[in-house]
Amino acid sequence: MSEEVKTKVKELLTTGKIKGFVGLISQEGHIGPHLFTNDDELEHLVTGDLTRPGETRYPLNKTLIRLHREYPDETFGVLVRGCDERGLKSLYVWNQLNPEKVFAVGIACPQELADACECHKPYPDEFVAGEKAQGVESVKVNQIIGMDLSERFKFWIQEFSRCIKCYGCRDICPMCFCKECSIEEDKLVDTGEIPPEIPIFHLIRAVHMVGRCIDCGLCNEACPADIPLRTLYKKVSDIIEKEFNYRTGYTMDKSPLNILGPTSD
Amino acid sequence: MQYKTVLTTCTYCGCGCGFYLEVLDGRIIGTIPCKTSPVNEGKLCIKGWNVHEFIQSPKRLTRPLMRKNGALTEVSWDEALDYTASKFKEIKEAHGADSFAFFASAKITNEENYLIQKFARAAVGTNNVDHCARL
Repeated sequence: MSEEVKTKVKELLTTGKIKGFVGLISQEGHIGPHLFTNDDELEHLVTGDLTRPGETRYPLNKTLIRLHREYPDETFGVLVRGCDERGLKSLYVWNQLNPEKVFAVGIACPQELADACECHKPYPDEFVAGEKAQGVESVKVNQIIGMDLSERFKFWIQEFSRCIKCYGCRDICPMCFCKECSIEEDKLVDTGEIPPEIPIFHLIRAVHMVGRCIDCGLCNEACPADIPLRTLYKKVSDIIEKEFNYRTGYTMDKSPLNILGPTSD
Repeated sequence: MQYKTVLTTCTYCGCGCGFYLEVLDGRIIGTIPCKTSPVNEGKLCIKGWNVHEFIQSPKRLTRPLMRKNGALTEVSWDEALDYTASKFKEIKEAHGADSFAFFASAKITNEENYLIQKFARAAVGTNNVDHCARL
């Protein structure tokens, strides 16, 4: 899959359409994020599949935001899967990135990854490699919905009780760009206390992910306590879709919970 | 313009979690847990996540300091080591080897930990060796 990406990136770099490409590099036996600025490095570009598809996904859009803040006049390319593209669209809406300064190079996820992620749309609108896999409904959400209320409550309390308050879910999140974070706000949470107040700590974040969470699952993968955050946020997204007919990153509309309203110019 | 990630090991405890330090134009701007690190598999604790914050702190000591006339003054390594060694000898003579205790660290290598206990036992002559995990 990486050959098609390399060809595309090489074209973008040599024609000067982009200043650099935010992608993944394989070096010293590990895969991590990298900014490719010349085509010599492209032989080490990978799409993040090591022993299984999507094993080494990283929040590349987060890197892109950092670069955009530092170099707002430059155009950057970025490697995107379906989730990352939803992220880009939302970040444009939230004014964190400028669509005219971003060139997305898409890849479609294989069915194996779509199934593992229970992803609704495992491909970006346009892609240079891979084939469209079927969107998948969440089995995990349905399993939890299948429990009766007290059992469900007990389940989540048990899951949250393992939290070591590392803030990894927030730190890895490509959609967490706020300068002030509600889960660091001492009017909402006991900032100096470990473990965090349960379940309010996790529910504050869940509510704040409305209009943000693009279901990439990186929070779930970064959680040292294996709390099924992705399943929680999937359910939150389902509720928002049902109540407001809105799904983050599928359109360029603002979140229904955006209470600031239109700007007066 | 240069953005790169540098793979390294957490300095905080003995676990040895692997992460990438994000470097933008020579400045460290963030930490990303390494997914392929067999130790932590893409996860970190709160200390690891914030490790990039102390690296460039202006409060870090970069040179040996000695208190002279009540004020901390930068000195050469030779001066600092000579002073420490002479004080060690003085104290050992006056109070005996067991007036020393050596605290090793989870943040250094096995080999360095070996050296510190060897120094305590063979050079100074005390078994008072402990470890920062018990401090």
